[in-house]
Amino acid sequence: MGVGIEVSDLNAWYGTNHTLQEIQLTIPANHATALIGPSGCGKSTFVRCLNRMHETNPIARVTGKVLINDVDIYADASPVEIRRRVGMVFQRPNPFPTMSIYDNVASGLKLNGFRSRRVLDEVVERSLRQSALWEEVKDDLKKKSGASLSGGQQQRLCIARALAVDPEVMLMDEPASALDPVSTAKIEDLIFELKSQYTIVIVTHNMQQAARVAENTGFFLMGKLIEFDSTHKIFTNPHDKRTEDYITGRFG
Amino acid sequence: MAAHTMRPPLRASSVNVFTRRMKSGIVSGLAVLATIIVVAPLIAILFYLLKQGVTSLNWDFFTKIPVPVGEKGGGMENAIVGSGVILAIASLIGIPLGIGAGIYLAEYAGETRIGNLVRFTADVLNGVPSIVMGIAIYALIVLPQKHFSAFAGGVVLGVMMVPTVTRTTEEMLRMVPHAIREAALGLGVPTWRSVLTITLRTASAGIVTGCMLAFARVAGETAPLLFTAFGNAFRSTSLNEPIAALPLQIFVYAVSPYDEWHRLAWAGALVLIVLIIASVALVRYVVSRGTLKGAS
Amino acid sequence: MRIRFHQSLDDLKEKLLVMAGMAEQAIQRAIEAYRTRDTSICDLVMHGELAINKLEREIDQMALDLLAMEQPMAIDLRFILAVIKINADLERVGDQAVNIAERVCDLNAFAAAEMPVDIPHMASLASSMVRKALQSFIEGDAEMARSVLAMDDQVDKMNEAAYYSLSILIKDQPSLTAQALNALVIARNLERVADHATNIAEDVIFWVRGADVRHHQGDPQNATS
Repeated sequence: MGVGIEVSDLNAWYGTNHTLQEIQLTIPANHATALIGPSGCGKSTFVRCLNRMHETNPIARVTGKVLINDVDIYADASPVEIRRRVGMVFQRPNPFPTMSIYDNVASGLKLNGFRSRRVLDEVVERSLRQSALWEEVKDDLKKKSGASLSGGQQQRLCIARALAVDPEVMLMDEPASALDPVSTAKIEDLIFELKSQYTIVIVTHNMQQAARVAENTGFFLMGKLIEFDSTHKIFTNPHDKRTEDYITGRFG
Repeated sequence: MAAHTMRPPLRASSVNVFTRRMKSGIVSGLAVLATIIVVAPLIAILFYLLKQGVTSLNWDFFTKIPVPVGEKGGGMENAIVGSGVILAIASLIGIPLGIGAGIYLAEYAGETRIGNLVRFTADVLNGVPSIVMGIAIYALIVLPQKHFSAFAGGVVLGVMMVPTVTRTTEEMLRMVPHAIREAALGLGVPTWRSVLTITLRTASAGIVTGCMLAFARVAGETAPLLFTAFGNAFRSTSLNEPIAALPLQIFVYAVSPYDEWHRLAWAGALVLIVLIIASVALVRYVVSRGTLKGAS
Repeated sequence: MRIRFHQSLDDLKEKLLVMAGMAEQAIQRAIEAYRTRDTSICDLVMHGELAINKLEREIDQMALDLLAMEQPMAIDLRFILAVIKINADLERVGDQAVNIAERVCDLNAFAAAEMPVDIPHMASLASSMVRKALQSFIEGDAEMARSVLAMDDQVDKMNEAAYYSLSILIKDQPSLTAQALNALVIARNLERVADHATNIAEDVIFWVRGADVRHHQGDPQNATS
């Protein structure tokens, strides 16, 4: 089941660059929340703060509080623990190239100590079914490498891999931007299905996509969260003029 | 986009095509010629060795130790076994150390001062003449122990393997795309585990090549063994005693005044090269079998 | 910065205003025909109808293209939606003008008679409602649009009064029944024109404010700022 996320006074830096400023945000459980904004506005940085990936960069710094299911992920938990509970799918599909499809999906579990063949088999099948990839690869699970699939399939494989560790939150950083329309549609359907079990945060440049999959949308601009509201409101009658300028393309 | 330019309109031109094709052909031809020039000496050597040495190859060569001067027969079984022992020790020392250093440089030290220092040291070590390495290990191991040994031979060759393995490992690890590392981190895998399992595995093909390069190089080293393994007329597998080695044996026989020994030296050289090529090929085969369809 | 798109939005607005001008002119002509009992003006109105219909189709097509190709959002989306609806209302205003013209033609067959309903006054009220609604559209002025909504009551009252007074006239002077009935229908048509003007005003408010004030009970629901 998904969990809620509460962000308060979040600030983030890359070296001296103040990439996120005083972000306050509540992301509801079992919903999909979209984050939009122009390039460099900080939405990707924000998402990477939610699973502590931001700090893997040596010049990165974070202050503030992020509560996931009421647990302060910075003060009260280790990065490794958090990343097991908060899964991430990246913009470019990145399956492990030397591993088979099976091993890719199972990698999260295997690397965390699960060895039971039966459990792994079950989890691999369940995850691949959840990401709508099972039918296409079930005969080649151990024969084909992860990198031999098409772009859309690779991305669904990465989603399956992230789902296999049974996270509570799924973060997606422009998951469909490198994919063709058919694959994109499949991924969007997927997000729709997953909403009931996970809390999903999706960063997207594509506003129509945000409109299609997310109940709530947040607009970021130059490191600040300008507006956060229901997707319906944001796209038909936003409160802030900057939001409106962005979504109507009047941005200079 | 300028609609009206002074550029001449696009037209097919047969003269240009011919010149272009000719130029292309000349350059391709030069490239092939260069390849032949490079490969030819290797093939020439192999053929010459075959010619000189194959007649001396018999079952005895591989199973008997040398016989006293003047007698006929005998072989280099002790040298072959000795080389095997020394190279095994060298690999056990050089490969783990080299890979470890490579991992450190690629994953942890990066561009720091200490990282650059380590790299510099490795490069210097690579440039040290092999005979100097032999003398150094002589002073460090043989003298205190007061005897030559297979162990000392293994150590010197192992140390000589380290720079190559280190640099290759570092390069191969750096070539692993950052996206792969992020994927592993994103799954909640601790950094050390991700490096050892994901990153290392992704770079494994290149790292194996690096190890094989180092192995092939030290397999033929003679000078360092003069001061460490020293050679042995008899068969030995003990680590604490002098031991024979193919390159050593070849050297000793080749500069000797005896025809019989010259004959054996040719055969030994042939066997040495063939064994090196065979072991590299074997390792590559085993690695490729373990690689999946479509994996990079 | 979507310059072409915004230019297209301006073009759409221009086209709609041309249509508005034609609809307004049609009403003016129809009432002029009533006042002067000039049948030739009736013909003018009929012909004008063709042009109005053609323009309506063009505007709808243009709006459809913009929706499909440009994925407009927020205020742009509301604008195009408003244009489509105002388009339909203007076309019906044109229809009403034709209806009035037809009644006038019928009327001219009978003798001129004084009617207890001030058609020209009603017409000018309805007309000014249309003009004001369109002005509020040109300027994007929601307040001006709101004032149009208030004017509708007056026209409704005049229409009801016309019904009563004309019923009495028919009872008292049956020979004037034909003229009376025509006058009644014309009054009805003008009341419809006023309704369309109200619709246009509501659409303007929706576009500008994002508030849905249709079928208003006086207070808009979901209004922002």
